[in-house]
Amino acid sequence: MGGTGSDQTMNLTLNVWRQKNRRAEGEFVTYEAKDINPDMSFLEMLDVVNEHLISRGEEPIAFDHDCREGICGQCGIVINGSPHGPRGATTTCQLHMRSFHNGDVLTLEPWRANAFPVIKDLMVDRGAFDRIVAAGGFITAPTGNAPEANSVPVPKENADLAMDAAACIGCGACVAACPNASAMLFVAAKASHLNLLPQGQPERSRRVLGMVERMDGEGFGGCTNHGECEAACPKEISIKFIARMNRDHHKASLLRIFS
Amino acid sequence: MELKSNVPSGPMDQKWTKHKFDMKLVNPANKRKYSVIVVGSGLAGASAAASLAELGHNVKCFCYQDSPRRAHSIAAQGGINAAKNYQNDGDSVERLFYDTVKGGDFRAREANVHRLAEVSVNIIDQCVSQGVPFAREYGGLLANRSFGGAQVSRTFYARGQTGQQLLLGAYQALERQVGLGTVKMFARHEMQELVVVDGQARGIVVRDLETGAIESHASDAVILATGGYGTVFYLATYAKGCNTTAIWRAYKKGAAFANPCYTQIHPTCIPVTGHYQSKLTLMSESLRNDGRIWVPKMKGDQRPPNQIPDDERDYYLERKYPSFGNLAPRDVSSRAAKEVCDEGRGVGKSGLGVYLDFKDAIARLGEDKIRERYSNLFEMYERITDENPYKVPMRIYPAIHYTMGGLWVDYNLMSTVPGLFVAGEANFSDHGANRLGASALMQGLADGYFIIPYTIGNFFGSNKFAKVSTDHAAFKEAEANVAGRIKSLLSIKGTRSADTFHRELGKILWDYCGMARTEQSLTTALEKIPALREEFWHDLRVLGTGEEINQSLEKAGRVADFLELGELLCRDALERRESCGAHFREEFQDAEGEAKRDDENFCHVAAWEYNGEGKTPTRHVEPLEFESVHLQTRSYK
Amino acid sequence: MNAVAPAATPARSAPNRLSRLIGSTIGLKLVMAVTGVILSGFVLGHMAGNLKIFEGTEAMASYARLLRFEPALLWLVRLVLLASVVLHIVAWLQLFKRNQEARPKAYRQTTRKEADYASLTMRFSGPFLLLFIIYHLGHLTTGTFHPNFKELDPYHNLVTGLRVLPVAVFYLLAMAALALHLWHGVWSLFQTLGAAQSKQASFARGFATIFTLVVVLGFAAVPLSIMLGIVK
Ligand SMILES: Cc1cc2nc3c(=O)[nH]c(=O)nc-3n(C[C@H](O)[C@H](O)[C@H](O)COP(=O)(O)OP(=O)(O)OC[C@H]3O[C@@H](n4cnc5c(N)ncnc54)[C@H](O)[C@@H]3O)c2cc1C
Ligand code: HEM
Ligand code: FES
Repeated sequence: MGGTGSDQTMNLTLNVWRQKNRRAEGEFVTYEAKDINPDMSFLEMLDVVNEHLISRGEEPIAFDHDCREGICGQCGIVINGSPHGPRGATTTCQLHMRSFHNGDVLTLEPWRANAFPVIKDLMVDRGAFDRIVAAGGFITAPTGNAPEANSVPVPKENADLAMDAAACIGCGACVAACPNASAMLFVAAKASHLNLLPQGQPERSRRVLGMVERMDGEGFGGCTNHGECEAACPKEISIKFIARMNRDHHKASLLRIFS
Repeated sequence: MELKSNVPSGPMDQKWTKHKFDMKLVNPANKRKYSVIVVGSGLAGASAAASLAELGHNVKCFCYQDSPRRAHSIAAQGGINAAKNYQNDGDSVERLFYDTVKGGDFRAREANVHRLAEVSVNIIDQCVSQGVPFAREYGGLLANRSFGGAQVSRTFYARGQTGQQLLLGAYQALERQVGLGTVKMFARHEMQELVVVDGQARGIVVRDLETGAIESHASDAVILATGGYGTVFYLATYAKGCNTTAIWRAYKKGAAFANPCYTQIHPTCIPVTGHYQSKLTLMSESLRNDGRIWVPKMKGDQRPPNQIPDDERDYYLERKYPSFGNLAPRDVSSRAAKEVCDEGRGVGKSGLGVYLDFKDAIARLGEDKIRERYSNLFEMYERITDENPYKVPMRIYPAIHYTMGGLWVDYNLMSTVPGLFVAGEANFSDHGANRLGASALMQGLADGYFIIPYTIGNFFGSNKFAKVSTDHAAFKEAEANVAGRIKSLLSIKGTRSADTFHRELGKILWDYCGMARTEQSLTTALEKIPALREEFWHDLRVLGTGEEINQSLEKAGRVADFLELGELLCRDALERRESCGAHFREEFQDAEGEAKRDDENFCHVAAWEYNGEGKTPTRHVEPLEFESVHLQTRSYK
Repeated sequence: MNAVAPAATPARSAPNRLSRLIGSTIGLKLVMAVTGVILSGFVLGHMAGNLKIFEGTEAMASYARLLRFEPALLWLVRLVLLASVVLHIVAWLQLFKRNQEARPKAYRQTTRKEADYASLTMRFSGPFLLLFIIYHLGHLTTGTFHPNFKELDPYHNLVTGLRVLPVAVFYLLAMAALALHLWHGVWSLFQTLGAAQSKQASFARGFATIFTLVVVLGFAAVPLSIMLGIVK
């Protein structure tokens, strides 16, 4: 058995958002989670609950997940008001039940944002993120065009900072946590990653203008600098990148006005 | 069925160049007329879809996740190999070629491997120009590290997130094409059937995982880049949704399945903690650069690790393989771990674990240096196990991690069904019986960026294409099959969930067809699996309907296919009466317990042909010849 | 499935390009920040001016005369301030609407980790300030709400005005609102204008704290001194 060495199991009460599909009205339903091992991951706990539901002939709770190792960005549940739960720098799939206590009552909700429609229970549609990337979150470098990799040195500091931003897994917790359901942290991370590199310079302005326009068009809110996004981010991406994107956007807009 | 490898003639290092020149081209104005379906958006699929669209083809791309960016390539941590020789340590295309052929224990097709080594250098160029933030030195140039099974530093990496960064590069190129309207992306769509018209792959049938709609898509060629099938073992380092469905359906439509028994086990994963375990997490192999692997010398030693003095520890890899030590290849290290655990010297509650200890490295380099190198991995370990690896050694155990087997493809990456191409982990092509670390990312991107775009053009240029629409009878039939299968899964109304069957299948495979296999164990597995399949089709319970999001139904469909593949896997393992690479048959080992190949009888690819429901598949053979790297016994001593 | 996203198309005319900047959430926020800078600068200056009260009646009166030395300039400043307040509010209303629409269904439970009281109450401290500004103009500039108003005798107006306890309390409450508004606002405008800063510890945070303390304590000194009878 695992690290805590504890065999003490626990019982929890779950208030789970259930919603049949995009159009349906949803509601909270209460379930008991019994004999939960603290070494289980949160999703394994839900697996156990679902097995019970199936054996009772009730439809299991739908939730998104894939890699279960904190990197694909597909999982995401708001647990007691915190996207990905109480532990910092941790995705829902990497959260373990030892973060909770016997007798806890947990409220499980999907990401809530106009731009992320709920499609079932705890699953949402994050297609808006892909569309934002399609609107400029790339470097145009068609296959075959590339110069020798070491022909353009990149200062280590810049490469490291770009990597800090590039660590984003696109889970959408930033949107879920933001009081305005703003996608600024996601967009800023992508724009900063590319704008920090020499390869990203030619499209710097186009990129940020295109992505922000798409972001607004998708119906995300604006940034009021609360900082909730960075607190929820499982990859601890800093809101400094939002300032960086603001700067890039102001510059690009002014250039556009005066060109 | 004929297995024509179509390897071009000429000297090894000229084959690909010559072949590229010999291939037919499609007039740029006509490229738009050729449509391609790409199933999969991992490294192989995303890079292929983007590159083909850049060339002007009409592309549709499918993945089962909610975004193409989430393909399981995202999880690769360690790095990607390329023969850049930036470290001036004697690397070259020839050496990477040699290492890969040797690492694969002489069960890969030489010409393919050579081409892989050649294009490896272009991959790094391509990725850097897309903005992949590889690690760099202070001078601004790219950094490298060494990786298991190699004696040169040729691995490029982006912290512990190399796969993620490479995939995001390909994904962004793909999204760019989506924005330009040249690729239509279908996320949350699962391929259910391959459609073959007049002997050619002409489309697929998919299920829209949100609405449950069954849709047909027609094209002039189909590329499957659907990743590996290791989840057949249930517990693996794969994502939960990884499946064999796409390639299994293609197999049933005439694509030969090669070497299914070549399944790789990764030596450094976090051990299982309980029966509820849903997946296993890899700890990057790069940890073996500084960590030392050991178990107590004494059986059943219950003392905490820090209280076991050095002379009572067995650093078994260093002892057995002095020249590679803790960096011995994966198959060798995994087996060694199993051996010591079988002897009763395993650690942790379950006894299925060995220590990976950083004590000496911390003493030598300081905790800060170790933190700088591995902090994200150490944090991940602590999150999962609640133990601090700076203080207590990590506990690790081998787990299923990669499948070298897959659909058989020729030199052009085309399967035995004309028009059906297979890329990335889904094909069998380059790794023989064992893959070296940091080589899968390389292969996926080589296939997608630099090989398929050429060979598919050649295919279009040298064939005539009758117009086929989704009204064709073959599509209607395939749709009806899919609907029928869904209906039968829903109508069993038994008592057990798909997961319970999956778990049971995984246990059978791990116990009888895992790290070590015998005639006896495989025969047992071949009895147990059909019985389990029988039970599945009688006692499965899937609630809900097919016209909505139904994750139980998705799982059930995947498990149904795994239950069939599992049998083929064991059959292949049974028939390969030798030990090679990751395939270890206990009957075939030398006095020191090392794998013993049988080049006389098994120096070939085994490719299985489907013969219909309930019939034994036929084993075909593609002989392997080694002109450049001479057959020899692999030794890492 | 992905809908095809239109890439950023070049806007044709300069006004159109301007409206695209202003129309974006970032542009609106930029308007708030720029007007915020103007208003913050104003409150700082205003506060400094108010401190003249401690130098007596004459100093205060000459300060008032100084302000009225060039009526055109005064009106220009007033116009800029008015425009700033109006733009500040209009931009906010636009953002507020978008932010409301961005989450049509609220969470049952919310746990805040990094947002602070000041940031979460901007939408209350702001309107409260508006209310205050209107009252304050009527009270001490036009005299409309002042029972004992004397043109061009600010010292008298201040002292008699703030001697009334409820009025003084209202002024102090407004200063508390201003404190909250500035403490978040000044930090926030660094972020909005694009100076990369951390929320917990950074130059911007330090600056905002000091700026807020100086302005608010400076302002509050006046009603407090009058209430305590230090200034009569
Ligand atoms: C934890 C881990 C670490 C690794 N580390 C390394 C490393 O350091 N270096 C290295 O070289 N290799 C590494 N590997 C191996 C390597 O990551 C994979 O082999 C490689 O990324 C596979 O890429 P792919 O494109 O073939 O498949 P994947 O990335 O798995 O993509 C498969 C795609 O197919 C889609 N798909 C699958 N089935 C269907 C279906 N039925 N219908 C529709 N779509 C479908 C999926 O949605 C996905 O988009 C690692 C693997 C794992 C699991
Ligand atoms: C004394 C007058 C005022 C000053 C000095 C001032 C200053 C500021 C500053 C500096 C900001 C930060 C801008 C940014 O984040 O970039 C701000 C934000 C804000 N102001 Fe004001 N302001 C004043 C009056 C008002 C009024 C009258 C209102 C409303 C009626 C108001 C409402 C707001 C709101 C809601 C915000 C937060 C906006 C957001 O983050 O989206 N303010 N203010
Ligand atoms: S399931 Fe992949 S990040 Fe959680």
